[in-house]
Amino acid sequence: MAQEVTKEKSMLLQKKMIGGLFDELAHVKESGKKVVYTFVPGNLSELIRAFDMLPVYPEINALQSGMKKRSGGFIKEAEKLGHSEDVCTYVKCDVGMFLNGNKGPADTQIPPPDLLLLSYTGCFTFMKWFETLDRIYPGVEVAMLHTPYQEDGKITPEMRAYMVKQLKEEVIPKMEKVSGKKFDEAKLKENLQHSADAEDYLVQIFESAKHKPSPIDGYFAGVYYIGPVNIGFRGTPEATEYYKQLLIEIKERIRLGKGPVTPEGEMKKERFRLVVEGPPNWTNFREFWKMFYDLGVVIVASSYTKVGGVFDLGFRHNPEKPLESLSDYCMTVYTNHNLPQRIDLLSKYIKEYQADGFLVNSIKSCNSFSAGQLMMMRTLEERLEVPVGFIESDLVDPRYFSFSNIKNRLDSFFQMLEQRKIILNQKTPVA
Amino acid sequence: MSDKTKNIDQILSFCKEAAFDLQFTEAAKCKAAEENRVLIGYMPIYFPRELVHAMNGLAVGIMGSGDRKQIVKGDAYYQSYICHMPRGLIEMALDGHFDEMDGFLFPSICDVIRNLSGMFQILGKGKFAKYLDYPQDFNRETGGVFYRNELKIIIDHITKINGVKLDKDRLNESIKLQNLNRRMLNEIYDIRQQFPWRLSAVELYHLQRAGIVIPVEQHNNMLHDVLDYIREDVGTPMDKIKVVVSGSFCEQPPIGLIRSIEQAGCYIVDDDFLIGSRWIEGQIDDQSDDPLTALANAYVDMSTFSSSVYDVNNHKGIRLAALAKKRKADGIIFAAPSFCDPALLDRPILQKDCEERDIRYISIKFSENTGQFKVIKEQVGAFSDSIKLWDEPVTV
Ligand code: SF4
Ligand code: SF4
Repeated sequence: MAQEVTKEKSMLLQKKMIGGLFDELAHVKESGKKVVYTFVPGNLSELIRAFDMLPVYPEINALQSGMKKRSGGFIKEAEKLGHSEDVCTYVKCDVGMFLNGNKGPADTQIPPPDLLLLSYTGCFTFMKWFETLDRIYPGVEVAMLHTPYQEDGKITPEMRAYMVKQLKEEVIPKMEKVSGKKFDEAKLKENLQHSADAEDYLVQIFESAKHKPSPIDGYFAGVYYIGPVNIGFRGTPEATEYYKQLLIEIKERIRLGKGPVTPEGEMKKERFRLVVEGPPNWTNFREFWKMFYDLGVVIVASSYTKVGGVFDLGFRHNPEKPLESLSDYCMTVYTNHNLPQRIDLLSKYIKEYQADGFLVNSIKSCNSFSAGQLMMMRTLEERLEVPVGFIESDLVDPRYFSFSNIKNRLDSFFQMLEQRKIILNQKTPVA
Repeated sequence: MSDKTKNIDQILSFCKEAAFDLQFTEAAKCKAAEENRVLIGYMPIYFPRELVHAMNGLAVGIMGSGDRKQIVKGDAYYQSYICHMPRGLIEMALDGHFDEMDGFLFPSICDVIRNLSGMFQILGKGKFAKYLDYPQDFNRETGGVFYRNELKIIIDHITKINGVKLDKDRLNESIKLQNLNRRMLNEIYDIRQQFPWRLSAVELYHLQRAGIVIPVEQHNNMLHDVLDYIREDVGTPMDKIKVVVSGSFCEQPPIGLIRSIEQAGCYIVDDDFLIGSRWIEGQIDDQSDDPLTALANAYVDMSTFSSSVYDVNNHKGIRLAALAKKRKADGIIFAAPSFCDPALLDRPILQKDCEERDIRYISIKFSENTGQFKVIKEQVGAFSDSIKLWDEPVTV
């Protein structure tokens, strides 16, 4: 399959956007723009943009350090400082990156924060992470937005009211103070409309995987697709343009009956369709993906690509109700779903995307995702009689990526899928 | 043996039993004693037990299976890199230990506990399994209002089960009883600060842990008698250093670990083992026209520090250092469960705060079912020796 991959227009657009952001970040001293550190799940991109500030996502820096094979060293440095080997490696990678001069993935300088915006959704570690950053950057303004968990599988008016009040009384005043600008609701509304447009496209993009063969890989390529919405371009016309272009390309692939694009070109034959739960490994991302595409396995849907929003369940940012809509957004991202909701979503994916199997990639250092995954697996197996597989790795700690272990487990899983296919085909009556 | 000593021995041996009774016999007895009485199980760290008390119920602290139960099924529910406590809880749930419980509360501490609430929902345990989202906003009008509403949801659940409506006077009465409980517990800690040999840390642990599985009135009587006993000059002091133990607020250290620390030359003069019993630092208004709001305000205004509480405006390291100073402790032992995110993520922060204040510390990890303490004992022994050798001798 090794062939030269030509970059599609959407890829170039994305590269330009992200490169531009890191470039802007490297030049904040000159531009005077203020920098907000924040997190992906439940991020307030539109609001940050409304104040004309620039976002930095420590998780994104960590994952990109993983892809660039730098995370291992960063993690060891943090561990030398007393950070436990048992905890989230994103945090340690971030601490290590700071200790190494805060050079970002593009080798440009990541400026220190003017505001630490702790809008944490669905993971306690975020809170601990920001308490750590609060010590690293003493004196920096910190704004906390506590997102209530969907413990009962729904959003109540009280939960929403709590969030809106925090936005009005904690987040917005601090943003005004840091940026020196007054809150401009009209600008926020405009940004929210851009978001809604981009989200419409994004849903169509992910749902294209319902086609057979799937024109996309909803996990390995999916993590690139969510890039713009997850790293601060939600709410910009550039993001809408990117998704519009991407959708055009995907539609064309569907028309031509083509499979997903992989790092080694187009995947020719679709053998199995999987739904995956859990984040991918970043340190060996290409190798990891190759274990799938080499054997014609395509991931048609994944929960991880919904950490920045489960838009396919209907949520859209709404300019008519700006603060309520930002609140609902935070509360609806995947990591804020309770376990029964997570199972229901995965079950829906398995059915609607006609998956042959369900796979969990359990991340050693991510309790938010991992705790409960074995039960999710068991429940889905019982509910849908779908074959389930289980592998383990870590996000950015290369010590926990064991190629042979993962490969062996996947091979047995794929064999199981093959057997099942044969049996099912035998059972199918011939007309 | 005097009558007083006999009484204390009886209390302590009752507590030793009750604290680790994984069948929750005392709670079951309490439920059977009155029609419509409910048992509501709650996980660490804190829950305002007075609320359930006021609604003809008993809030039962569930602190894990410890080293008292072999885990067979629980391991099939959790990967090896998740702490031990939830696997014990699942094992207990599947083996029927919680069958008398009418509902379950999972206070927000970490993602493991949070996701466990969903697992209980899926397993259909109890008539409700609620994740109790504590506010991380500490303004009365914001976080306080939100928390009050969380409590109202619990009230509704209980009313649905036993038909009891929340009554203002009854809640005030329950608050009063729980205030007394906290006050007496704090007094025990105050006495032990000066005379730690009067009640060992293991005895205190049993006394405190029994308190979360029995009615508050019964526990208050015991605390009263224990206080009466330790106010007198009993026991013999030994040459030990004084330490504060921090980081064991959820999964509990095995008794062997607490004992080992004391045997290795330390008096534990404060800890966060069962910090939920002393969570509110002060007295909650028990004369209020709106006692539910009083409970909510107490949480936002008077909570202790903990890894589960957002601390940017009130650094926990500073509060821990102040506690060590107040207790005149010679050092701090950070004892956290393996794979405990909140405790372990906090560790570098807290250690740095100690270093900046010249507070001596050591760090250990444990699991609730750890059975070997040799290494820990050596480590703690070396710590205690180093302080004894290089610092002023402990004065009492
Ligand atoms: S624990 Fe998981 S969700 Fe939380 S910050 Fe780490 S990787 Fe992200
Ligand atoms: S021991 Fe720590 S990680 Fe485990 S459930 Fe308790 S707080 Fe969570």
